[in-house]
Amino acid sequence: MSTSTKQDAYAAVPDAQGRFGEYGGKYVSETLMAALSELEAVYAELSVDEKFQRELDDDLTHYVGRPSPLYEAVRWSDMIGGARIYLKREDLNHTGAHKVNNTIGQALLAKHMGKKRVIAETGAGQHGVATATIAARLGLECQVFMGEEDIRRQALNVYRMKLLGAEVISVTSGSRTLKDAMNEAMRDWVTNVDDTFYIIGTVAGPHPYPLLVRDFQCVIGREARAQCLAQAGRLPDALVACVGGGSNAIGLFHPFLNDEDVAMYGVEAGGHGLATSDHAAPLNAGTPGVLHGNRTYLMQDDDGQIMHTHSISAGLDYPGVGPEHSWLKDIGRVNYVVADDDEALRAFHTLTRVEGIMPALESSHALAYAEKLAASMTPQQMIVVNLSGRGDKDIHTVAQIDGIEF
Amino acid sequence: MSRIAGCFQKLAEEGRTALIPYVVAGDPRQAFTVPLMHKLVESGADILELGVPFSDPMAEGPVIQLAHERALANGTTLSKVLAMVSEFRKTDSTTPVLLMGYANPVMHMGYRNFANAAVAAGLDGLLTVDIPPEEVDGINGELQRVEMDNIFLVAPTTPDERIARIASRASGFIYYVSLKGVTGAGNLDTVEVASRVGAIRRHSSLPVAVGFGIKDAASARAVAQTADGVVVGSALVNTMAEVIERGGESDAAIAAAASLLGDIRRGIDSPA
Repeated sequence: MSTSTKQDAYAAVPDAQGRFGEYGGKYVSETLMAALSELEAVYAELSVDEKFQRELDDDLTHYVGRPSPLYEAVRWSDMIGGARIYLKREDLNHTGAHKVNNTIGQALLAKHMGKKRVIAETGAGQHGVATATIAARLGLECQVFMGEEDIRRQALNVYRMKLLGAEVISVTSGSRTLKDAMNEAMRDWVTNVDDTFYIIGTVAGPHPYPLLVRDFQCVIGREARAQCLAQAGRLPDALVACVGGGSNAIGLFHPFLNDEDVAMYGVEAGGHGLATSDHAAPLNAGTPGVLHGNRTYLMQDDDGQIMHTHSISAGLDYPGVGPEHSWLKDIGRVNYVVADDDEALRAFHTLTRVEGIMPALESSHALAYAEKLAASMTPQQMIVVNLSGRGDKDIHTVAQIDGIEF
Repeated sequence: MSRIAGCFQKLAEEGRTALIPYVVAGDPRQAFTVPLMHKLVESGADILELGVPFSDPMAEGPVIQLAHERALANGTTLSKVLAMVSEFRKTDSTTPVLLMGYANPVMHMGYRNFANAAVAAGLDGLLTVDIPPEEVDGINGELQRVEMDNIFLVAPTTPDERIARIASRASGFIYYVSLKGVTGAGNLDTVEVASRVGAIRRHSSLPVAVGFGIKDAASARAVAQTADGVVVGSALVNTMAEVIERGGESDAAIAAAASLLGDIRRGIDSPA
């Protein structure tokens, strides 16, 4: 493929049917099809509407605190002795993660569509908090679906959502984690489709969600690209981001896709290791199938049932992945790798001690892989890691592993 | 003519409405399902709809979700569901049977493999909740190849122009989802249903069956005034689950389901 053909290919997905090659699409029940068509039409109009974009940019600047810094991790890079590592500090956003970039965008869509109520699914609680936050600001009713198991693991975020005026609904079906929360949010949406906007937290779900969430998260990569040029006078050699559903990764990667010399690494949750069944790495160990409205790589058994997943980080504990990642894997543009629980935990401690930055356990997966990658490169080379969230929410998990109870 | 089309034609000639019970295959035990199917036919079922258990049944309310979980827990798979249909066919070659389920298990088996296995088992139709007309191209060709009906949903939110599009791909009958919500919800509006069934008839000559939210003889009777078929699911599944939960035997659960279905049959058939 020539360079220009490739560039056309990146811009051409998703197509009008919401497909990224053979992935994506709209695999939902008929009741939701009209709502998806409406959202598609509204988004097509607003995504090129200057007033809407100004409103969004204004919020990103003054409410979220963008642009987020690109920070050279000097001591950590020196310690590794390989490529220089720069951290894209999404952890410094209001609410502490990249999730808010998307919830602000979708909540503005909801407002323009006249919806009074927003719903969201959440795993670690970051997307739930980001949704509850923007709902508070816009005066929208907000209900967040969260697996019973995750409510137990993430008590702090549950309370944050309640303080923000959201109702957290405990999901007790299936495995009681993120995928089941998404099922329940879909069921609510089917029931209340007239007055409710479903704010999906990642680049998954039926079309047009993978498209619009990507577009809202691309601010990460656009900023990072400009910051690399301004601060280092060059583009990076590699990008590294963790991949659960994959929204922070696509946000960083997408604006660089045409920069052919920039290598990209999406880091999935290796859990207890790919040799076990306790992981959440569909791109590394799964097969294509349909879940939550799109065709993508999934963790599934021989009978097409979705498998239970495991990761130390609730935000990566998901059996699917955004369809664009599946496409980018198949065409070979992005390398999908894994970091396991132990590696992520070590990276969490390292960054905290060496740089004074406490990363989310999700982002720690990206850090763990970046450390290995940097060690194989030279000090003249440069890596950008998406530090997608801060680690305050994970203190209980880490403390428990260290045998400490509060 | 397919068994489903033949069934609707015969009922239309007799001036009767099809009664279509839905149960989840393998719930609560695999050996439970085939005897239940026969009993439902004895109690007035015209067409049987078997739910294929799936780990993430997004369109289902709590009652049917639990039935899916119970069936999965005892190892019920799509292949085993087809084996149940095959077993049922040994002694009933006339009652149409269709499967209702989700895309992934069928896709994972492979559309061609599924079509071949399904026709060999004596299955008549497939309703895949999360395969709308936009995504149907892969599977429709395979179903047509083996002359199996592909049943589509029409919802309260479906605009008229979409109804036409759905109808052009559908066969057997059209399944109208009577409410915005999940299976077993309680907000059935029979006036609205009548109006929507009328809209479907303007675009399609296929029979129209109505499901979601029909739980007893009265609601079935009201819907039967306008529909060619009435689907009853959650009420049956719940009736059986309650018997089993109280420690009842399989026979007692099947008898309870048969009794409820019999009531509904009489409700539908009683003169207006």
